[in-house]
Amino acid sequence: MVEQVAAQTNQTKTSTVFKIEDCDIYYGSYKAVRDVSMEIPPNQITSFIGPSGCGKSTILRCLNRLNDLIEIFHLTGKILYHGQNLYDSDIDPVEVRRRIGMVFQRPNPFPKTIYDNIAYGPRINGFKGDTDEMDALVERSLKRAVLWDEVKDKLQESGFSLSGGQQQRLCIARAVAVDPEVVLMDEPCSALDPISTLKIEELMMELREKYTIVIVTHNMQQATRVADKTAFFNAVPTESGGKVGYLAEFNDTQEIFGNPKETATRDYVTGRFG
Amino acid sequence: MTASDVPNTRSRTAGEKKFDGFFVGLTTAFAIGTGLLLLAISFIILMAAIPAIREFGLQFVIASTWNPVQDAYGALPMIYGTLVSAFIALLIAVPLGLGVAIFLSENFIPLKIRTVLVFMIELLAAIPSVVYGLWGIFVLIPAMKWFFGLFGLQFIGPSMLTAALILSIMILPIIIAISRDSLASLPPDLRQASLGIGATRWGTIFRVLIPAAVSGIVGGIMLALGRAMGETMAATMVIGNSNQISLSLLEPGNTIASLLANQFAEAKGLQVSALMYAAFVLVIMTLVVNILAQVIVSNVKAKYD
Repeated sequence: MVEQVAAQTNQTKTSTVFKIEDCDIYYGSYKAVRDVSMEIPPNQITSFIGPSGCGKSTILRCLNRLNDLIEIFHLTGKILYHGQNLYDSDIDPVEVRRRIGMVFQRPNPFPKTIYDNIAYGPRINGFKGDTDEMDALVERSLKRAVLWDEVKDKLQESGFSLSGGQQQRLCIARAVAVDPEVVLMDEPCSALDPISTLKIEELMMELREKYTIVIVTHNMQQATRVADKTAFFNAVPTESGGKVGYLAEFNDTQEIFGNPKETATRDYVTGRFG
Repeated sequence: MTASDVPNTRSRTAGEKKFDGFFVGLTTAFAIGTGLLLLAISFIILMAAIPAIREFGLQFVIASTWNPVQDAYGALPMIYGTLVSAFIALLIAVPLGLGVAIFLSENFIPLKIRTVLVFMIELLAAIPSVVYGLWGIFVLIPAMKWFFGLFGLQFIGPSMLTAALILSIMILPIIIAISRDSLASLPPDLRQASLGIGATRWGTIFRVLIPAAVSGIVGGIMLALGRAMGETMAATMVIGNSNQISLSLLEPGNTIASLLANQFAEAKGLQVSALMYAAFVLVIMTLVVNILAQVIVSNVKAKYD
């Protein structure tokens, strides 16, 4: 599968990273999201916005098969990653997650040293180099997350000794240390103060050069600041009394916020609901 | 805002305040009382042991004769037996218990079956130790005789190994329950973080979850060790109660707790004092184990905080 995906990566580098086709997502018999189809372009920041319960995080977690951890989860339709369906039976979810990294809502460093937090990913993925090469990789990853200058003198201290914003950048460094192609971010700034948020946003703009970034955010200003494309998800009540999420509109960020086609999008981005 | 909207600012009555003070005093007294209980028990044992301490001094813990007829007492075989049987019990129960704890804290099987299993394991802890002893005599020993018979070995039955096996079963529920709790109480973020960078499930369990839960796991193991060292009834029924040091685990041995249970009823004079001395040694040993556990746990924690 590795070679397969790698080969396809080279062939179709420019067009589309993810192509979601007619996705319905269920938890048990409960349909959480319906009829999602969209294409996510490479080396851009795509943001998912929408009211609570619209399924934006659910969709994000499908992109690296992290929803597999939930037993009652299942999905119909296709999620193509460079043309390869991630939910084909011969796909190894562990390999998927190595190529498609994730940063979570709350900073979640491992209870290990700063150094080991970064080195963990490469080690479990069979890093062959010696200590010097690992040192270099740790330094490179921390520099990429713009954290190196703040932590270079205390690499052997616990990851928990850092502030919340630093911890989140540590988590980003940890994600990029395994050299993924995509970094998924699930409300990465919602637990952070404004200054840390700004730093993470600047970091995202830099990471865009090298990675494809998909971010879920509740903060619409954040979406307008960082995202090239924005998907607005909405939720509607169903006959059975629950709610089901769907993709209401997907376009360039300027269009979504400046000239939305759908009434629901307009209402949401102008703060009428949500 | 009208007067009726003002929150109730009535001050607490003198009685209420007094009751608060009384309550604090009462709980303080209970807490101190429990601590004093430990000191009182240790003190009484020490007092009763003084004649033997005068007579034998530290020689007591390195001598290996236990002869009530000549009033010559040394507890080395029992100290050895206590340590060896508890250590072997740990050797068996730790990997087994940790494995079960991992299995039960992950979703390998449906929650309903897991809940039943957890309940049954906790019931293991509720079986009286004399029942374990009986089971040892009537089931385990014949089974071991048969097993060693396959290799042409003569196996008499009561032995250090039999006792260690029984002890390992008895301490299993402690290790499982505490390890499972500390694994289950880890934040789910940790697991997701590890899986999210492409770790396998096993990699996540062994390289992230167990290190993060290690202080709870070590605490559970030390608690189990304390239990194994102090266990009396089951040990005395299957260990053979022979005051000798034998390197073979298939030979009978003795533990301090078992010695006390066997000899106290008929002991007189200096023998009572010697038994008290042995009891005091046991108290010190379990105390050392517990302090050791605290030190290990706080060292491990200090590494991460």
